[in-house]
Amino acid sequence: MSGNTTLPKSRDGNFWEELVTVALLGTDRRPVPGLAAGQDAPVALLDAAAVETVRRRAGLRPAPAAARPEPAAEDARPPLPPAAARRLALLLADRPGTGSGGRRGTAPDLMELLPQWLASANARGYAAPSEALPALLDAARGRTDLRPAVLTFAGPRALWLARLNPDWRFALRAAPGGGTGLPDHRDADRARKLWEEGLFTERVALLAAMRAKEPDAARELLESTWATERAEDRLMFLDTLRTRLGAEDEPFLERSLTDRSRNVRATAAELLSALPGSALAARMAARAGSCVAVDHTRSGPVITVEPPHECDAGMERDGVVVKAPAGRGERSWWLGQLVEAAPLGSWSAWLGGRTPEEIVALPVADDWQGELHAAWCRAAVRQRDAGWSKALLGEPSVPQAAGPGAVSLAERAKLLATLGTDERSAWVAGFIAAHGLSEAFQLLGVCTVPWSPALGRAVVDALNIARDAGSYPWSFSGVMGLAERCLDPSEAARLDALTAVPEEVEGASPGAGGYWSEAFQRLVTTLRLRATMWQELSAP
Amino acid sequence: MVGPTFGDMTQQGVRWTAEQVLALAPDAASRKAGSKLGAAGPWSEAGSSDEGAVWGLCKGSGSKPYQTVIDVADAGGPAYKCSCPSRKFPCKHALGLLLLWAGGDTVVPRAQAPDWAEQWLSGRRQRAGARRTTTGAASGAAPGDPEAARRRAERRAERITAGATELEQRLTDLLRGGLAGAEQAGYGLWDEAAARMVDAQAPGLAARVRELGAVPGSGAGWPVRLLEECALLHLLDQGWLRRDRLPDGLAATVRARVGLAGSPEGPPVRDRWLVLAQYDTADARLTTRRIWLYGTGSGRTALLLSYGAAGRAPELSLPVGLAFDAEVSAYPGAGQLRGALGEWFSAPEPTERRPPGVSPAEATARYGDALRDDPWLDSVPVVLSRVIPTPDGDAWQLADADGDLALPLTPAARSRPRLWRLVALSGGAPVTVFGEVGHRGFTPLTAWPEGEGRAVGVC
Repeated sequence: MSGNTTLPKSRDGNFWEELVTVALLGTDRRPVPGLAAGQDAPVALLDAAAVETVRRRAGLRPAPAAARPEPAAEDARPPLPPAAARRLALLLADRPGTGSGGRRGTAPDLMELLPQWLASANARGYAAPSEALPALLDAARGRTDLRPAVLTFAGPRALWLARLNPDWRFALRAAPGGGTGLPDHRDADRARKLWEEGLFTERVALLAAMRAKEPDAARELLESTWATERAEDRLMFLDTLRTRLGAEDEPFLERSLTDRSRNVRATAAELLSALPGSALAARMAARAGSCVAVDHTRSGPVITVEPPHECDAGMERDGVVVKAPAGRGERSWWLGQLVEAAPLGSWSAWLGGRTPEEIVALPVADDWQGELHAAWCRAAVRQRDAGWSKALLGEPSVPQAAGPGAVSLAERAKLLATLGTDERSAWVAGFIAAHGLSEAFQLLGVCTVPWSPALGRAVVDALNIARDAGSYPWSFSGVMGLAERCLDPSEAARLDALTAVPEEVEGASPGAGGYWSEAFQRLVTTLRLRATMWQELSAP
Repeated sequence: MVGPTFGDMTQQGVRWTAEQVLALAPDAASRKAGSKLGAAGPWSEAGSSDEGAVWGLCKGSGSKPYQTVIDVADAGGPAYKCSCPSRKFPCKHALGLLLLWAGGDTVVPRAQAPDWAEQWLSGRRQRAGARRTTTGAASGAAPGDPEAARRRAERRAERITAGATELEQRLTDLLRGGLAGAEQAGYGLWDEAAARMVDAQAPGLAARVRELGAVPGSGAGWPVRLLEECALLHLLDQGWLRRDRLPDGLAATVRARVGLAGSPEGPPVRDRWLVLAQYDTADARLTTRRIWLYGTGSGRTALLLSYGAAGRAPELSLPVGLAFDAEVSAYPGAGQLRGALGEWFSAPEPTERRPPGVSPAEATARYGDALRDDPWLDSVPVVLSRVIPTPDGDAWQLADADGDLALPLTPAARSRPRLWRLVALSGGAPVTVFGEVGHRGFTPLTAWPEGEGRAVGVC
């Protein structure tokens, strides 16, 4: 009997309790109440208990209602089209850990498509179906990378649910844009109260959310308590200024160059150097410029480098780290930092009005090229300078050793990220056409989804070449997986021909043809499924 | 049953939902495997017919694709055939193909069935037609030798009487010594008694006895629950031993409760039946599927039972939110809601209709009334309208949106993950909930959001 359900009072309030007591102890030890002469005691007890049981059940009444929960906030977004809602249920049903591991077969990996599906649904501004929220939250609980998209899609009701279920508490911490439990950024009083009294994580979340919406107000809030914050907290707070960094931040950052903490000073200097118009950037430009010049006295123009002889107090104040890591000369270490922090725009004037391409093409005297170009790469990434990035990347078809600067793959990926979408994918397509897929994974990772037609074709052609070369497809499983998620679905038709099992040629790995056919089939199936998914989401 | 009324079966609007298809899966692994095959890639030559057949070729690991064909237009639930070696039923290929079909016209267009599919389909339909004629003829004639059947029934009744008498003896012995001793005795005592009742061919008594064994370990308040269950078992024994003196309806209820399976004798009621809920319970040997129907014309509620051996899903699948035109015949016994599906007159179709609901107070009153006909009832089906799922400490209740009363959820219901679907659907606003209300509390099975929206299974 549920403890929460009220039972009717017996005519004799203690009658039932007495029956239970007698039953517990036994009729041999305790008399049955109201036993008639000649009755068998246990039978009389069972008779009476049966009557009481049915009577009690028949008289069941509802319990008093507890305090109703506060209703969830309205979600004004339009509902998903029915087909898209069904698809979501299917994607969510494909939870990891329910199937067998091993070979991937020809069927698409549904869970891998969930991030794209969510991004697309979010881009169209649909509301999540309420009944799907528990499964969405469970999925996000297991995969932190899904959380931002899931929480955006799940909307206010997910946060309402998370307050009722401790399993989903992560949603309250990680809400995107800081929507969760954070005061509205316009509610200055509540924001200030939370800033002054909140826990560290709440304060970071508040600051980050505010910075995204009102960068100046966020910085002012931070300045108001700056002097009293602990050093490690100051570092975290300062980091939030990376979002929407602007010239208005310069005075505060300039002051922070004298901070007690070395890490805070270094971060402030780094942020200032990303502002090409800042006083720090100008100081760095002057220092770097005095170290690098064009020498016209030789047969052709050559860049000469004269690294700084000392790291003076001014340099140190501007964030230059004095002590070089083991194995590096301190003069080249200082040079690298100066060039990295100097605005790239100042080099053209300094080096004879040359374009970035011309500057990068100039020979560098005395083995300084590697050091100088690497510093320019870091500067191009930090200052997000697409012109310099392009110059430093050079032609994609050029073999790496001959390229401008000894630029690693990781650095190339970073440089690519500063380019526009089209330029980026065109460059990677050119790289793959020239060098194949073995080094392309990292570069493909920075390309926009879906891949441009040229890039898609380059990848498919390269896969085709790899197959004809007789290797196994799992040597390319990383690129295959990316292709499943990133190729434009309209490429599916072109790929159909590749799903056939080819004749086994001499010298090929045994059975490779079948596995390739399977891998291409999965690719085509996944692309078709993605096309269907977009259609479903676009349906009125 | 494969009449012309099934002609619109495969129209776009009547294709099943993915959820409906996945309800057919025998286990979680099959669900997953089937979901993966629910995409166009491995399939070729897929098609469907107006008569409710779906077929396709699925590329597997071998050179020859598997041939999969499904007949969804069968009143007994869909029938499957697949050339794969899987022992799962339905196999992942059948599930995948149904999902593909549920997805829409483009991948599984209407077409003429190929020979390999047509052979099986026409064979099935011939057999079904023949079966229908024979059962139609048989219901008029007496099966076998009536005298022998009567003697068999008599012998069985004698065994049950002996079993009930023995059980009474055990109960009185127990209460003479006191329930406190039952806590130490554990399951052994009851398992042995349950086995005796199985021998006595009284499965209903056996099930009750087996449950008694679990009560002492069920936490605080167990003596109360054990006394209640002992008393109701005693009541059932006594009912059986004196069944001659009971009114006909109650006597039939006692027979059903003891475990004498009757046959659906009631006159067939034709109605438009709304599927309110479908859920499975399983033990080691058997999966039991319960399907609750609501007759939109008659206002009657009926329970369909369907069984599957371990590893197989019960064949009948009627997903929530569909309605169909069919005849249902009641099983005997006062207060018994169990029915059997008879002839169908339409395929199940999605519907916007909802059953009418009552308040929490009316719901408990309904349970009280039902006990008059069947004192052994643990719960009755009821639709609650305008209730709000409300946390109450560690427990949950459904609180009347327009009053101050609430039905607490049963402990089992509140630990189910699907409870959260109900809470999410409500979001603190009133919802309509179908479920079972009884002395343990309320078990939610299906919910409808406020305003528009389809039924959502929450069990």
